[in-house]
Amino acid sequence: MSTILAFPVALPLVGAAFVALTDDWTPKAVKEFPAMLIAAATVAFSTVILVRSERTTLVHWFGGWHPRHGLALGVGFVAEPLGAGMAVLAGALVTASLVYSWRYMEEAPRLYRVLMLVFLAGMSGFALSGDIFNMFVWFELMGVAAYALAGYSIERLGPIQGALNFAITNTVAALFLLFGTALLYGHTGALNLAQIGRSLAGHHAGGVVIVAFTLLVAGLLVKSAVVPFHFWLADAYAVSPVPVCAVFAGAMSEVGLFGIARWYWTVFSGPLDPHAHAVRDVLLAMGLVTALVSAVMAFLQRHLKRLLAYTVISHVGIALCGIALLDSKALAGAANLVISNGFATAGLFFACGVLLREFRTVDELLLHGRGRALPFLGVVVALAAVALVGVPYIGSFLGHSTLDEGATEHGLRWLPPLLMLATGISAGAVLRAAARIFLGWGPREDSLLTPEPPDEVPETQASRPVMVAVTAVVVLIGIGLGFAPGLEDRSEHASDRFRDRQAYVERTLDGKVRRYGPPAPVVLHRAKPSSIAYGIGALLIAIATAALGLYRRRVPATARRAGARLLDPAVAGLKTVHSGVVGDYVMWITVGTALVGGVWALTLHGP
Amino acid sequence: MSYLPYALAAWLFVVGLYGVVSSRNLIHLAVCLTVMQSGTYVLLLAIGYKNGGAAPIFRPTRHKAVDPVVQALTLTDIVVSVTVVALILALALGAHKESGSVNPDEIADFSG
Amino acid sequence: MTRQIRLGVFTVAGCGLAAFLLWGLAGLPGFGHYHWPYGNVLNQVAPNERHTSNVVGAVVFDYRGFDTLGEEFILFSAVVGVSLLLRKDREEAAPADRVRSDPIMATGAVAAALLFVLGLWVVAFGYVTPGGGFQGGVVLAGAFLLVYLTGGYREYHALTPHSPVEMAEAIGAGAFAILGFAGIAYAGSYLGNFLGIGDAGSLYSGGSIPLLNWATAVEVCAAMILLFSEFLKTYVIPTDDWRPELGPR
Repeated sequence: MSTILAFPVALPLVGAAFVALTDDWTPKAVKEFPAMLIAAATVAFSTVILVRSERTTLVHWFGGWHPRHGLALGVGFVAEPLGAGMAVLAGALVTASLVYSWRYMEEAPRLYRVLMLVFLAGMSGFALSGDIFNMFVWFELMGVAAYALAGYSIERLGPIQGALNFAITNTVAALFLLFGTALLYGHTGALNLAQIGRSLAGHHAGGVVIVAFTLLVAGLLVKSAVVPFHFWLADAYAVSPVPVCAVFAGAMSEVGLFGIARWYWTVFSGPLDPHAHAVRDVLLAMGLVTALVSAVMAFLQRHLKRLLAYTVISHVGIALCGIALLDSKALAGAANLVISNGFATAGLFFACGVLLREFRTVDELLLHGRGRALPFLGVVVALAAVALVGVPYIGSFLGHSTLDEGATEHGLRWLPPLLMLATGISAGAVLRAAARIFLGWGPREDSLLTPEPPDEVPETQASRPVMVAVTAVVVLIGIGLGFAPGLEDRSEHASDRFRDRQAYVERTLDGKVRRYGPPAPVVLHRAKPSSIAYGIGALLIAIATAALGLYRRRVPATARRAGARLLDPAVAGLKTVHSGVVGDYVMWITVGTALVGGVWALTLHGP
Repeated sequence: MSYLPYALAAWLFVVGLYGVVSSRNLIHLAVCLTVMQSGTYVLLLAIGYKNGGAAPIFRPTRHKAVDPVVQALTLTDIVVSVTVVALILALALGAHKESGSVNPDEIADFSG
Repeated sequence: MTRQIRLGVFTVAGCGLAAFLLWGLAGLPGFGHYHWPYGNVLNQVAPNERHTSNVVGAVVFDYRGFDTLGEEFILFSAVVGVSLLLRKDREEAAPADRVRSDPIMATGAVAAALLFVLGLWVVAFGYVTPGGGFQGGVVLAGAFLLVYLTGGYREYHALTPHSPVEMAEAIGAGAFAILGFAGIAYAGSYLGNFLGIGDAGSLYSGGSIPLLNWATAVEVCAAMILLFSEFLKTYVIPTDDWRPELGPR
């Protein structure tokens, strides 16, 4: 029965309406449970879909409108393991978030819960949909819920600015998507991904295809926050309520990356594969710049949520590199990175919420040494940072090592060290903050860090044990994924299938069912020595970065001054560019789109 | 063959984008977003148009009709535009209350 | 970064983007040359398969009904979002909002009543003639807004009590999604048609389209009223002798 594909979307939507309707009458003691249960049930359905999709791709046509002679009349959902996995990730984080926020939201908790459920439906729909316009609908649903959630603390200017920048840039992005969709419809007469893919295959890429591809990719690059489309993210994440941040960071940004992969392989790979190097080079360059620039930006923050927001951008850049290699191994690496980093980062945001509740601030310098009162939380935060580093066999290591192997197979030996550097710097920023807060290391002042306005109101009703427990569980999942037996083979297998346009198209339009063998035997991933070296290297860089952040003053004065002369202008430039003004951000989006479009117009054209 | 309606769509799209970039007032900015969005309406409807085609409503007779799909898409598009404008206006009210300004350049509370 | 730099850079990039878009658009079939099977086949089959004479209605509620589910919830979450964002917004000074001219009030009352009936008609025949739940729902909400414009906030508020309208909105949105599950139960697919398709050109046609259409109408009408109310509340302050129940939560 393929009807199960409707549940990850329809269930939270019915649930949202149900919560909106009944919340006022629900006894106070159990008010929080309906939303949690609905989210948990959604995860259960998505997980069943994931397990079943490992054997065969599932397809459901809404309204029973099966394609006729290869012509899709209605809207279909198509589930293969990567898409279903995305839906599971989104559901798991929303569920964790709802549990975590038990009594957390003091104002309008009903509206908060309703929006979280709608948000979940939007992400699941985007991950499972096989129709480009339908994906736009879910993109927009996700957006509308997210803008409102970001502006939750409306009585302060920061959240208003963050939510506005978020809403405006992402609406521009949505319009890019729509314009691209309209071009594709005009060119192929289809909205179904498989049908567009089939109709584009075998032709050269002309102007329409290149422009549509650019607009669709640019729209999603805004959503997933890739340089220079990324500016809104730090503004929005820094001011959103902590439970919302966790879902944004762990799932929403990644949904955008997923969309790029989905559209490239299902829709555009036919005409663009002959020019794959041009697609690869552009995405790789953007991914690398994103990873490195944002890692540095993370290091310059003292506001913990803003610091974490920049690490999210940095991770997005690394995962984009994995997608950009256009190869199964690297794609599997990107997918594993997204999952483990998603959980670890969500855990770090959750930890921020605990600090906020206890100390009424998330400012690293103001929190100096105060975390000593929370040793358990300190351990959890340290573990999360280790998971982000990708120390051999822990956390994001699996993703990093598969990505490294993919890059090496392509002869891009220079890529893994650069990614190691980015990972090390961003994780080092987290380690620095953890050491300063939980161990009291380093000075209480640091002029390098961006000054921040006073922080949001802490939500003091929340239950600390519940918050800490959820934080620990989420971080442990993130760590555990690094050595989950069999995950490597499964994800590679899933990536192979994800890239197989032929199978996708035949399954969707012609109903040709393929069975896939049972998942590979459960074996522990055996990494190459080079990957282990990179993992250890990232750890060393992270420790060095953290030490530099904490004990810069112990560096000999001459060396320090030389370093400052070299780096200060760059740092000042970076800070100026991140101006907080939405007009600048949209200008950068235009510049980025025009540049990428220009490069692709020259390189993707013709046979 | 005419391409003018497509050019109109592109014009609306880019001029709306200019408005968003240059706006000094959030309410004006929201309207600029709807101008961009109008570009997409025009594009969708133009793509679905057939010379001599009437509305796809067949009562009582059959006749040459334009594409019904783009009309349904445009309907969705309009709803999206309404909701986004509503949210931005609500945020603009908040900005005005907190800072006394609706100029997006002036409400930048933090940066860097 | 200064405004001048921003606008200067944008001018260059915007011209580039415009040229790029035009390049892509030039590859489309010329205006008026739509020739794809999707729309043409739907125009052919929908009147027979669904007995709906308005094919746009059939696309919105049946062939691509799943888009409409998302669309309904976009509106639903916008209303929830706006109430979340405006939950504290109350202006200090109250503008005088009462209309004092009897002719205006009388005309307004008649016009609002007519508009309301028109809205019902647009909804009811949405799958037969031009119209539908979205369009009709907005017209219906417009009738209420007209009451505010030609009467006053007190009249408007009496006609649109907050909690029932909010419930209607949730019920309308939820009903659409639940009708989808009914499709699973009775037709084997989400949003599948589980009713007889009836007689073409009459109100009894289109299978489950009428139900989805009315669910949408209720949701859209209630959502638009709630949006108006949320924004109106931010600057209408009740006089001392009369207070609506502000701040429902």
